Formats: sequence, structure tokens, C-alpha cells
Amino acid sequence: MPLPQDERTTVQMFTRFAQPARFFALADRIAPWLWGLVILGLAVGLPWALIFVQPDYQQGDTVRIMYVHVPAAWMAMFVYASMAIASFVALVWRHPLAEIAAVASAPIGAAFTFCALVTGSLWGKPMWGTYWEWDGRMTSVLILFFIYLAHIALSQAFEDPAQGRRIANIFALVGVLILPIIKFSVEWWNTLHQSASVFRMDGPTIEPSMLWPLLIMGLTFQVLYFALLIVRMHSEMAAVRLRSSRLALMRREQTSEAVAS
Amino acid sequence: MAYSRKTQRLLFISVGLGFAAVAVVFMALAFSSTAAFFRTPSELVADDQAGSQRYRLGGLVETGSVVKQGSQTDFKVTDCQASLLVRTNIILPDLFREGQGVVAEGKLNASGVFEADKVLAKHDENYMPKDVADKLKQQGVWQGGGGC
Repeated sequence: MPLPQDERTTVQMFTRFAQPARFFALADRIAPWLWGLVILGLAVGLPWALIFVQPDYQQGDTVRIMYVHVPAAWMAMFVYASMAIASFVALVWRHPLAEIAAVASAPIGAAFTFCALVTGSLWGKPMWGTYWEWDGRMTSVLILFFIYLAHIALSQAFEDPAQGRRIANIFALVGVLILPIIKFSVEWWNTLHQSASVFRMDGPTIEPSMLWPLLIMGLTFQVLYFALLIVRMHSEMAAVRLRSSRLALMRREQTSEAVAS
Repeated sequence: MAYSRKTQRLLFISVGLGFAAVAVVFMALAFSSTAAFFRTPSELVADDQAGSQRYRLGGLVETGSVVKQGSQTDFKVTDCQASLLVRTNIILPDLFREGQGVVAEGKLNASGVFEADKVLAKHDENYMPKDVADKLKQQGVWQGGGGC
């Protein structure tokens, strides 16, 4: 005899997430190393960028903001790209871990984007003479920030969290089109924001002594994302488990009440 | 030929994304004039309606063109083809320098002078320490900040 409908979904849910246990076992072994790398990267990168690197010939000491702004902006885009890939995997292959990873990435990406917007604004005032202008780069990054927020809201807007994650996955895929717009905004349209200095066809236009600390900060932020992602995936998984066991409990109570009456 | 459900989803999503990408390309092309943050001197000079509206004018501050008289500053903005005289009364940002990028917001008056009430300095993509810049200038291989 097949299981009753309610029991079956609960069992399915657990088997669906059974295999991720292996992933988390591995992730938990890597996590301390990731945090160690983050601390090392910050311990080397921050003093290098904020104290020891020479001031820029035009910007003076204000250039130091760049060492936080640029890695944050890179991560704003990198996190979204990974989120979109995870969403794609989740939608096509129905992989539960990919689904969790996509949803867990959104708040991290939003935080990096917010950091990029704020540091950019603080750099803009002394350099450009304005905190904010509606040019192509700034506007498109602000849109990315709103896409992240919309993604977070959407993934939690449904009574059934699994459905919320599914809809959020689709939304994340459509939103990925903002990435080429952000990247090429400074080339397609004339903007107040300068064009790319590191990832460009003819090589970086940053002097090596300034590029090194920037790359170290960039890598540190990258590792920080993976470390945070493991934490966030744990809490997403915990939320899924909590919900399914609470549902099972509720149903058991309901059936025992039905039997009693 | 029958596809598995996975392949169907893969095809469906890929084709959907492909269409969306085409839409973005069209949008980017359509917005290329309106999404521009500023217009260049040659665009403004060529436009005979230019006097009627507020614009942002962008380009390089022409070397040797900055004249300060009291609170008033005159300078020329050039895109290496045309240049326009800009007049402003505001305090200029730190990065405002001859040979550097600038964006001025204001109106073109009847005598062809661009009256700006907002001036933003534009920074280029070059970053280097001061001593490196000095050395490059000394060796005569300086490329940045030279204007046209």
C-alpha cells in the first residue's frame, strides 16, 4: 500500500536533502580554512592598501577607497553570476543544493552591492564633486541592488518555500542580463564613471604596485563569499528541515485528533 | 524525436534566455543616445536646437584654456574635434585639471558660450603613484593627461 499523500511528501523531502549531507560534511571541513584565508588576506591586504601603498598621482589618498570599492563591485557581479548558474542548475537538473545555494547567495550579493554603492558614493564626492549622478554605471548597479532585494523578497513571498525558491530561481535567471549591462555600460554609453582598469583587452591600466594590493583584496572578498555562503546554506537548510518537521508534527496531531473524535 | 524532460527544460530555458539577451541588445542600442550621461562638444555644436535645453557637456579641459577672474572661471571643453567655451561661477572639484575629463551641466547661451551651474570632474582609468608619473614625465614617455 502506498504511503498517504502527506507522509510521502515529508519522506520525499528528507530523501531529497539526504545527499547534501555529504556536501555539508565536506564544506564544514573546508570552512575553517576559508575563514583563515579571509583573516590572512585582510591582515595583509588592508594595511597594504590603506597605509603602505603610494597615493595616486591624481587622487592622492582618496584612491584608497578603491581597494574596498572595486573588490566589492566585482563580488556584487560575481555573486550574481554564481547565483544565476546555481539557479540554472536547479531549474534544469532539479538539484536541491543548487536551489539552496542560489537563494542563500542573494543576501551576500546584496551586501557586497550595497558596499560598492556606498564606497563609490564616498569616493565620488571628493573626486567628481557629487555623491550621486544618474549615469549608466551607477544606475545599472543600483538596479542590480534592487534585483537582489526583489529576489530575497520573492523567495520568501510564497506559503510553500519550495515554490518560492523555484520562482526566485527563474527570476534570478532573467535578472542575469543586468551583468553585461553593468560591465559594458562604461563602453556603450558615455558615463561619469571611468572605464575598466583591470579587466580590459589591452591589459591593466593600474600601476603594478597598486594592482597587487587590489588583487589581494579581491581574492580575500572572493574567499569571504564562499565562507559566508557555507554559513548561509546551513541556515537555509536548517529552515527547510525545521519547516518539514513542524509540518509532520502538525499532521500527526491532526490525525490523532481525528482518530480521538 | 523525443527529448527527456531535463533536455526539454534545458532547451526551453536556453532559448528563453537567448530571446531575453536579444531584447537587451536592442534596448542597449535604442538607449545609446538617451542613456548617454553627457554630450560631446561636436554633438552640441552640430545641433542647432542646442540652445533650448539643459545639457551635460563632457570632454577634456583644453590645456591652457582655464581663465579665472574672481569667482568666475572660463575654460574650453574639447573632444579633439570641436571645443566649446564654458563659463561658471561655482567652486570646481579637486580633480578639475587641464587635460583631464570634465562634465559641465548647464545651457548654451545665445552667443555660443556654455553657462554651467554644475561642474563634475571625470577621472580616467589610469592609476599610478606620483613618483611613477613623475618618472614617466621625466623620461618623456608620458601618455596620460595630455588631452588630444
